[in-house]
Amino acid sequence: MLATARTFTLDGIAARPVRVEVDVHRGLPGFAIVGLPDAAVREARERVRAALVNCGFEFPLRRIVVNLAPASLRKAGPGMDLAIAAALLSASDQLEWEALSRVALVGELALDGSTRAVNGALAIAEAAREGGAEAIVVPAENGAEAALAEGIDVIPLDGLGRLAALAALEWEPLRPRALSLQPAAAAGPDLADLRGQPHLRHALEVAAAGGHSLLMIGPPGAGKSLAASRLPSILPPLAAVEALEVARIASACGRLGGGLTAGRPFRAPHHTISPGGLVGGGSPPRPGEATLAHRGVLFLDELCEFRRDALEALRAPLEAGEVSISRASSRRTLPCRFMLVAAANPCPCGRGEADPDCSCAPVAVQRYQGRLSGALADRIDILAAVRQPGAAEIGGGPGEPSADVRERVAAARERQERRLGPGRCNAEMTPGEARECVLSGEAGALLAELYARQRLSGRAHDRALRLAQTIADLAGTETIDQEQMAQALALRRRDRG
Amino acid sequence: MADACPDCLRRSWLLALLGPYIERIATGEPGARSPELLRLSNEDLVAVAAPKVAAHLLARVAALSEQHLAEELRVAQCWACCRHGDLYPEGLRDAADAPWALIGRGDPGLLAGLEPVGAVTVVGARRATSYGREIARELGRELAAAGMIVVSGLAFGVDGCAHRGAIDAGRTIAVLGCGPDTAYPAAHRSLWRRISEEHLVISELPPGATPWRWTFPARNRIMAAMAGMTVVVEAAARSGSLITADLAADLGRDLGAVPGPITSRASAGPNNLLAGGACLVRDAQDVLDAMLGPGVRPIERAAPSLDPALAEVLAAVDAGESSCDGVAAALGLPCPDTAAALSRLELLGYVSCSALGLYSRTLQAPPTGAAI
Repeated sequence: MLATARTFTLDGIAARPVRVEVDVHRGLPGFAIVGLPDAAVREARERVRAALVNCGFEFPLRRIVVNLAPASLRKAGPGMDLAIAAALLSASDQLEWEALSRVALVGELALDGSTRAVNGALAIAEAAREGGAEAIVVPAENGAEAALAEGIDVIPLDGLGRLAALAALEWEPLRPRALSLQPAAAAGPDLADLRGQPHLRHALEVAAAGGHSLLMIGPPGAGKSLAASRLPSILPPLAAVEALEVARIASACGRLGGGLTAGRPFRAPHHTISPGGLVGGGSPPRPGEATLAHRGVLFLDELCEFRRDALEALRAPLEAGEVSISRASSRRTLPCRFMLVAAANPCPCGRGEADPDCSCAPVAVQRYQGRLSGALADRIDILAAVRQPGAAEIGGGPGEPSADVRERVAAARERQERRLGPGRCNAEMTPGEARECVLSGEAGALLAELYARQRLSGRAHDRALRLAQTIADLAGTETIDQEQMAQALALRRRDRG
Repeated sequence: MADACPDCLRRSWLLALLGPYIERIATGEPGARSPELLRLSNEDLVAVAAPKVAAHLLARVAALSEQHLAEELRVAQCWACCRHGDLYPEGLRDAADAPWALIGRGDPGLLAGLEPVGAVTVVGARRATSYGREIARELGRELAAAGMIVVSGLAFGVDGCAHRGAIDAGRTIAVLGCGPDTAYPAAHRSLWRRISEEHLVISELPPGATPWRWTFPARNRIMAAMAGMTVVVEAAARSGSLITADLAADLGRDLGAVPGPITSRASAGPNNLLAGGACLVRDAQDVLDAMLGPGVRPIERAAPSLDPALAEVLAAVDAGESSCDGVAAALGLPCPDTAAALSRLELLGYVSCSALGLYSRTLQAPPTGAAI
């Protein structure tokens, strides 16, 4: 007997449809899986056999061939267990389910027949809807996540035993309540923890308002990491579409569920990370930290310690807002529109040349700062010098809370969206758009003077314009005045030491 | 172009051949310093440095034909002048250990009629602090702007900064311890190229000669003799720059030193020189006054005027605040306003911002009558 079932395999963050064909016929008893399965798929044999037996079904002692079509697509992960089991039951006449060909099934099986969560349930449910399936059967644990996909029935299943009841229409499962993508009000650490440091606060606010990348330089313990981790809390809340994008990535990487609130992601990879880990890679390609930080913040602490090749790999994705990973067999594009925040010490020992205790040889300092100006520097808009806060600041009251700052940031972003289009911010302005910024006469003169005196590059010129525009947006003015331009020039990263 | 007699030129080629031999005997002890060794005649020098191959080396050098030397110079885009020629700098004629010939690359016009009074040598530590680099650059710039030729050694730190400053405003000469067609240190290749194309690079050694330890004190004696004054910007207590200073003092040239913090090791050398009676150099004006007489050539500095608010911020930077937060806290101003004021001051040239985002004072003084 022949039976088929529909399922999906995860490829990066996208789900690809797979048709499971099971043929049970006379012959030497055996169980073969063909169609480019990886090790996890091949081991489905043992899981399916045990699950069937332990749920009171009979494992047919006949020749069983499972074909995963299309045969050219590499299948990965244990998510096909459920579909294989269902098709096998149908092929061996133990399950009469005329709707089997119209639903999709995903799920890993435990040996006792219960289902286990799989990665990427959201992307799979959406792909099932696109593929015309009427319903998707998912493990109960993935129910809330899969229910984010609209326009398709989501059937949560806790074990193989319930499959028969489902097929016989004896059980009508409830559609699970979709995961909430609204971040909880007091989610994450608050900017109020940052005491004093007005310059850093200002830099953070401008960075958040315009989506500008930020580099903080200062001695260890001055509050750089603390400030960076508070940045998501002052960014405007995600729009519904954006939240879904973030959830899709988190789901594909197994990070959704477990009550995780869906705020803006904050990723802080360690500086020993490989290029593949940072932008994604491997075979089959897996998303990297840059993709995980999509619509959020990617924080590179100790920027100078990162591998050069890793930072180089980040350049193109930063510009394009997406990573493209090319492999011999395929090419994947993953989204990665994140805000880059980096931190570095002023010298290898961290104290800074001006500190009499600094023990670094000038050559070592030069080499260290050389790395600063090399690595990614031309992608960084704002430079904030962070100093050790004084005793009075540390002992003083808490700073302005995130909510107040977020309000100003959101207002500034709104102005930008009105000017540039939905979802866009000043940092993404094209050179053409930057030239359209409205400058007051004095502000223009100030920029022109700087351009002439310091031999700015065109890129640096546009960067100053973008920053000034953001400061004007924060202030709510239409034209950029002289004071705002001067502030922007103070915040900008210098091209040369 | 410029010309040198073949015998003087052969001396340069001989020195290049003797490089490794002199390296062994030039210990830096009194009597065995390279400038002292270079006083010896060809025969004596070879006998002292390489007695076993003396005859062979002398024969090899004697066999170099005039055409061959000219061809080598032409291939390396160099030219030469010798102590018997007109182009040879006046200052070097005073020195007993002066080089016989100079190999140049670049504009020979810089040597034409060059008197010691028209050149200043700026030397200092290779491992200079940001203070030393800034001062060296500013000195180089202002001296060159005042018409002085700035002589230095193309080394890291102070030397390179002095050259760069001078390039911005006037003329400079780099004196090398290797052939003039070789960029040493290699990291200064682009600086070397710029100087050898638009200014002048000279050396006692022929094209292609590699540097040895002994060639640097030897090059220092040329720098010391060429200029009317030698200024030491930063140098540790036992630095090569102090050799230049000693040589300059021995020749009766003016010696200047830029003071530094007494706690700074990098400024120990110049501070010691000052204690020993060297001329105090705070800016280019001090140098010009010492060389030409007070007030003979005043430097015009047209610093832009400051409004009182900016002057206040500048005073805070003067008082040692380097960060935007620090200045804001000291003056009780909102941070964005302070940032704006600092960037205006930066534009006006009163402060500079490092790659780390910290502000420091430049040498530019506010116009008299301002609030400071």
